[in-house]
Amino acid sequence: MPAQEKDLAADVALAARKWQKKRGALIMVLHEIQGRLGYVPREIALELSKQMNVPLARIYEVLTFYNFFELEPPAKYVISGCMGTACYLKGTPQILQEFGRLLGIEVGQTTPDGKFSLTTVRCVGCCGQAPVILVNGEVKSKVSPKDVPHILAECTD
Amino acid sequence: MAGTAIRTIRAKLNGIEVEVPEGTTILAAAEQVHLKIPTLCKHPDLPPTAACGICIVRVKGTSQMPRACCTPLEEGMEIVTHDPEIVEIRRKVLELILSKHPNECLTCGRNGTCELQRLASDFSIREQSLPYIVPDLPVDQSTRTIVLEPRKCIACGRCLTVCQDLQNVWALSFLERGIDTRMAPAGDILLADSPCISCGQCSAHCPTGAIFEYDETEKAWELLRDPDLHCVVQIAPAVRVAIGEAFGYPPGTNLTGKLYAALRYMGFDTVFDTNFGADVTIMEEGTEFVKRFQENQGELPLITSCCPAWVDFMEKYHSDMIEHFSSCKSPHEIVGVLTKTYYCEKRGLDPSKVRVVSIMPCTAKKYEIQRSDDMFASGHQDVDLSLTTRELARMIKQAGIDFASLPEGDADPMLGLYTGAGTIFGTSGGVLEAAFRTAHKLLTGEEFDAIEFHPARGLHGVKEARISVLGKEVRVAVAHGMGHVEEVLDRVRAAKESGDEPAYHMIEVMACPGGCIGGGGQPYGITDSVRKQRAAGLYRDDREREFRRSHENPYVQTLYASYLGKPLSERAHRLLHNSYKPRPTYRR
Ligand code: SF4
Ligand code: SF4
Ligand code: SF4
Ligand code: FES
Ligand code: FES
Repeated sequence: MPAQEKDLAADVALAARKWQKKRGALIMVLHEIQGRLGYVPREIALELSKQMNVPLARIYEVLTFYNFFELEPPAKYVISGCMGTACYLKGTPQILQEFGRLLGIEVGQTTPDGKFSLTTVRCVGCCGQAPVILVNGEVKSKVSPKDVPHILAECTD
Repeated sequence: MAGTAIRTIRAKLNGIEVEVPEGTTILAAAEQVHLKIPTLCKHPDLPPTAACGICIVRVKGTSQMPRACCTPLEEGMEIVTHDPEIVEIRRKVLELILSKHPNECLTCGRNGTCELQRLASDFSIREQSLPYIVPDLPVDQSTRTIVLEPRKCIACGRCLTVCQDLQNVWALSFLERGIDTRMAPAGDILLADSPCISCGQCSAHCPTGAIFEYDETEKAWELLRDPDLHCVVQIAPAVRVAIGEAFGYPPGTNLTGKLYAALRYMGFDTVFDTNFGADVTIMEEGTEFVKRFQENQGELPLITSCCPAWVDFMEKYHSDMIEHFSSCKSPHEIVGVLTKTYYCEKRGLDPSKVRVVSIMPCTAKKYEIQRSDDMFASGHQDVDLSLTTRELARMIKQAGIDFASLPEGDADPMLGLYTGAGTIFGTSGGVLEAAFRTAHKLLTGEEFDAIEFHPARGLHGVKEARISVLGKEVRVAVAHGMGHVEEVLDRVRAAKESGDEPAYHMIEVMACPGGCIGGGGQPYGITDSVRKQRAAGLYRDDREREFRRSHENPYVQTLYASYLGKPLSERAHRLLHNSYKPRPTYRR
């Protein structure tokens, strides 16, 4: 477990205590963890199961029921293709396909090194710039599949 | 319920008048007047999950179409259970389920017993009318006791209710939602890494082939085919009163003699009976109890250990109870180890050429035969293969034996003759009753005259009783269904913490509701009525036995006189006892 998560394991106890008596406590604690780590690691879910005396099976029922929760760590660079009508018609699928080809992953997946993940978003309100790609929330306008290698190359520390 | 006046509801079903207590579902009311509304997700053992929609009916004169399994009948309601439109809707429901279900009946573990298959047949489904989308999910055989095949899951929710509520194990849950809903062990791990205790109750309740026993019939045939092997078989108490259901007999019919004969037809060289092992268990456990009760050697209460699913549950969830557990092995392990030592010695057989197959009502026994080094006490694996009642029924059919007309046979008495005490091991309360019959003699020197101990019998989740022996009060409890065990253990812990007298002196626990007669490997169609009939079959067998107390079994007496010495002797300890250890609840 990375150090950051270790600290959290201790915090889980705190968070668990904080929400213990409240209705829907489990979901609040999970929200807190998702908010802080960007995902809910299995170790934390196990710890929580002990602390709150909730079966692990129940925790995963909740985690997989809501799209909000992630079970894998978020990638360093989250690349999202806009699937709003304008962007879609102007070629988001082709752009995502190119990202996928170069990274060797499909939409919804993360590269094994944890550097990139590929997702989609709904209209982000920049239809005039369509097609739009977001890199960690930053808008890239009028993207074409040719630009993809360049966008990836820019993703360095 | 005494004291509370329950209102009577008057209503009409298809024009037939019914009177039922308030709260009765339309489904239950219909049964009273001989109407059979089709169901799929609803199981008689379980509260409705209302997942499938096949049980819809019509409230006459309205547009309402409630689900009969979960809707209470109301005063003055007029219900139509069948009309052309209702039948058409039910057929649509089925077609929708079938469009997501693999078309693999011929090679499925539930071919011929599947509830979905039966409905498809009843509703004359002749073609695939909707586009076919079957999820691609892997088969999980990791436990080698039960198999999960989530592709065949119709999301009825029965197994979850069973595993979470009835058994309180929480190995299974639904992941995701809507059309993507799928059954999976605790957060998508292998079942073997989950808290699963292999009780098999999920497999006994699943309507389809999504959960079934790990089939080892082929391994059994391989052993029987090998001319160099001496194959020994034993049957558990609960098997004899249930296997008939697979051949059209009513539940509870005692088919011991036919089973012995069928096993010999199949090619087994020696036929023993696990009931003999149960008699030996009682000699050991009874003596253990007396030592703890009278001589303060060891913790009280003494907790029974003959159910491997219960042992697994204790090791995973309640390992503070280890000291309370009887160290005695379960009856089939005892027959196994005695076969490869005592029997081989007396018969001049080489134990490395002997194989022991157990026929059990149980899926957890498949796990037990390798659960620790203690299961190899003979120097070989004491029991080589454990098959469920369902597997044996199929083997008898494969062998081409006409079970119905088969004359009765005998067991080999050396490890095969049994008493009434041994046979009632198969039902909840039976182990405690059998132990008491022998412990009474050990404690007082006199026989327990009544023989029968009725407070231990029946289907109540927790049964308690107090008996006076030599002026001392003996407190006992019986729990069955893992969901009931916590309350009993909590009482034990509370008494311990406050330094009081022990809450109980002896506790019997069996993982399956009703005990092994309701085991996870028994023929399908379990309900409380079936449980009662099977238990009655064992109690009848008990009454008809020449001997009804384990210590009266002449072959048990010979075993001790010529081989083991006394109960709890050094040799008895080495062969018949075992130890426990805490195990992680989650392995991942
Ligand atoms: S075998 Fe028992 S413990 Fe295991 S998943 Fe099925 S019901 Fe749960
Ligand atoms: S596995 Fe069987 S019992 Fe469980 S939800 Fe699926 S169909 Fe129902
Ligand atoms: S109660 Fe009997 S059938 Fe059920 S798990 Fe225990 S030993 Fe097996
Ligand atoms: S459609 Fe892409 S920003 Fe609106
Ligand atoms: S049987 Fe009533 S909803 Fe399934």
